[in-house]
Amino acid sequence: MKPLLTFASVKLRNGWRQLTSMRTALVLLFLLALAAIPGSVFPQQNIKPEAVTRYLTDHPKLGPVVARLYGFEVFSSPWFAAIYLLLFTSLVGCILPRSRDHARALLRRVPDAPKRLERLPAHHRGRTTLGAAEVTARLRGWRTVTREQADGSVTVAAERGFLKESGNLVFHTSLIVVLIGVALGSMGGWHANRILVQGEEQAFCDTVQQFDDYSLGTAVGAGDLPPFCLELTGFDSKYLETGEPSAFAGYLSVTGSETRTGSFSVNHPLRLKDANVYLLGHGYAPILRYTNAQGKQQTTVAPFLPTDNSTLTSEGVATFPDANGDRKKQVAFSGLYIPTAPETGMIAQSIFPAERNPRLMLTFYRGDLGIDEGTPSSVYKLNQVNIARGDLKQVGEGKVLKVGDSWTLDDGSKLEFLGTRPWVALSLRHDPGEPVVLGGVAFVLIGLMLSLAGKRRRVWVRLTPDGTGSSLLEAGGLARSDYPGFDDEFRALMDRIGDSDREPVDALR
Amino acid sequence: MSLSTLSDNLLYIAILAYLGAMMLHTADYALMRRRPAVAAPAEAKVLVGAGGPEVAVNPIEDVQAPPAAPERRDWAPLFGKLAVWMTGLAVLLHFTTTATRGLAAHRMPWGNMYEFVLSVTLVGGAAWLVVAIRKPQVRRLGIVLTLVEMLLLGFAGLVLYTQVNPLVPALQSYWFVIHVTSVVLASGLFLVGFVPSAAFLIRDGYDAGKRRFPYSLGGRLPAADAMERLAFGIQAFAFPIWTFGVAAGAVWAEAAWGRYWGWDPKETWAFISWVVYAGYLHARSTPSMNRRLVAWIAIIGWLTMLMNLFGVNFFFTGLHSYAGVQ
Repeated sequence: MKPLLTFASVKLRNGWRQLTSMRTALVLLFLLALAAIPGSVFPQQNIKPEAVTRYLTDHPKLGPVVARLYGFEVFSSPWFAAIYLLLFTSLVGCILPRSRDHARALLRRVPDAPKRLERLPAHHRGRTTLGAAEVTARLRGWRTVTREQADGSVTVAAERGFLKESGNLVFHTSLIVVLIGVALGSMGGWHANRILVQGEEQAFCDTVQQFDDYSLGTAVGAGDLPPFCLELTGFDSKYLETGEPSAFAGYLSVTGSETRTGSFSVNHPLRLKDANVYLLGHGYAPILRYTNAQGKQQTTVAPFLPTDNSTLTSEGVATFPDANGDRKKQVAFSGLYIPTAPETGMIAQSIFPAERNPRLMLTFYRGDLGIDEGTPSSVYKLNQVNIARGDLKQVGEGKVLKVGDSWTLDDGSKLEFLGTRPWVALSLRHDPGEPVVLGGVAFVLIGLMLSLAGKRRRVWVRLTPDGTGSSLLEAGGLARSDYPGFDDEFRALMDRIGDSDREPVDALR
Repeated sequence: MSLSTLSDNLLYIAILAYLGAMMLHTADYALMRRRPAVAAPAEAKVLVGAGGPEVAVNPIEDVQAPPAAPERRDWAPLFGKLAVWMTGLAVLLHFTTTATRGLAAHRMPWGNMYEFVLSVTLVGGAAWLVVAIRKPQVRRLGIVLTLVEMLLLGFAGLVLYTQVNPLVPALQSYWFVIHVTSVVLASGLFLVGFVPSAAFLIRDGYDAGKRRFPYSLGGRLPAADAMERLAFGIQAFAFPIWTFGVAAGAVWAEAAWGRYWGWDPKETWAFISWVVYAGYLHARSTPSMNRRLVAWIAIIGWLTMLMNLFGVNFFFTGLHSYAGVQ
């Protein structure tokens, strides 16, 4: 049994050494860089799910292969995780022994001068009237140890630049802190998106049923979301004459876990206690009133989605499922909203994103909207299956409406275009790992700068009194890391502790 | 003439000045330690007409040969000095181009890809000028650097050019100044670090006895060791700035997009560059690592920077789509 155990432990130890060697760490670093590349080449599920769907339809052969290899979720794939976990294991295996060595180096006295100082890269011989205590005093910033030697001479051993290794260790440890922060965020964080139209009756409360889409961290349940409600009370947008946007700002009223009002814009989220509210997009929601043949009225505010972000030409539908109390006679209007229609020519395209000459181009549909069948469907598009089946039919020609216009339909019912309200696309987010990541990154930077700027070096000075009140001075120096300026520093040091009429510096490098 | 037109015209003069500096460097390079093979009267002619071809005509062995007995005036250092002066002029013009562009737009001159390249190359030119003045022994590398500057500026002027426009709301933030300044600085410095790394590989190959192109150019390059140290110094200086720039971008992304990191193509490639340059610094600090391999890592690092600047803007769409290139 014993040889087998020894064999296993030798294997283990060798494996560990291999993993923690610099060569392996470098290989893992490059694997990490390589592994990230497909994440920029293929669309990613958690960033642009619609692009993934498009890719799968455009590449029926290649798509499924990419999907099986986690090409659409590179950064949460097992192989990406394997690389960075191995890398971080190797990192820990490097930090631990080096921390121990560094702690020892900090506690240890600077080792005594070697016998033959002239063998060191920097060397100096001269005379000085200073004693060991004064030499030590002039080595400000150095850790020094003075030793009396048997032959009557005194040596001063000096070392500095310990911050280099301290910085190095801080840098690598902070990388682990960053990783922990990222993990905290993916466990305890959540985010959700929603389109919110201006107006009191459009307000929503923070529950998953109210979101257009959402994603909860692994440790977050639907019941853990902070209870608050949001209402859009206003939205301002400013554009240059070229149509380029110059400023956006939305105004929210918050109730629930806290009661307040606040504004938010691009770059300036509304920071609530338990979540931040971000402005992702905006558009117009036409207000439409439908009066059926019996005179029953219904009003809807339907957000239209921009098909062109620079002119805000938007597309959408307004549905009146209960208009006639009959599932076969549901009513819907589908079409385009054009904030600024050109004075002449085709109206199909807006020429400016603000509402200067608004037009609504609608087509009237009647039939089964297919929204009661329990299958999820978009509220921004009509059910294409029902249209294809003939259950939902276009009635008559389309019509262009101005604000205030009324459109009388074939059965005597009437549609009125009352105006528009702005809507905003909101993102609600909470990431408890953020402060940890930010703190980690700050220390990564501090450690990095110390590590790159620090220079570890040692200097030894040997003073041999010659009985005339002054001493023979011999000194040697050694830079322990790449430090081209060491010779200059050594020379300056010698100027400070040597006599002015010293012999010329010899054998410098 | 409006400020923006002035800026556009200055760009072409700046490119011409870099061209002039490159030609002076070429003269320095061609004349370096050449054994005078022809009689004195002809010499002047050769000097005036000295250019690229002269390098090829001379057998490389001549370069290593000691100067001929009658000491002749060595013209190379003069051309080398003139080249640095000319580079100084080019950088001044380049600065004026960039500054007038910023003044015309009433903001920092890096709101689109054209201006970004203008600024990165300005940092590269200025950083190189500092190196060339402080370390005359590596001055001759200016021939590569001025060439790279010319190519990038020419590409910017011809392909990336866009009219002066105010910033879109997404870029209206003080983080625009902090994030982009640090990224511009680091990119410019990595550009300058790339040149000695590449030159080191050529010179080191030449020293190892390789004589094929491009190693044939190595004979007149500065000493391998000096270039390798220079490359490390610049890249080690740039790396924390790059780290800060990426971190500042993350802080901005948190405020603008709701998350500090989202693997947007630009973010992904910034991460890749960071990892590669981190690998470079680790490899460089490992004494047992072959210095040629280390230099190759720096080259790959620069390629990832180029990929991020050009590749990501042209091939991928992401949140960082401010290039303004049609």
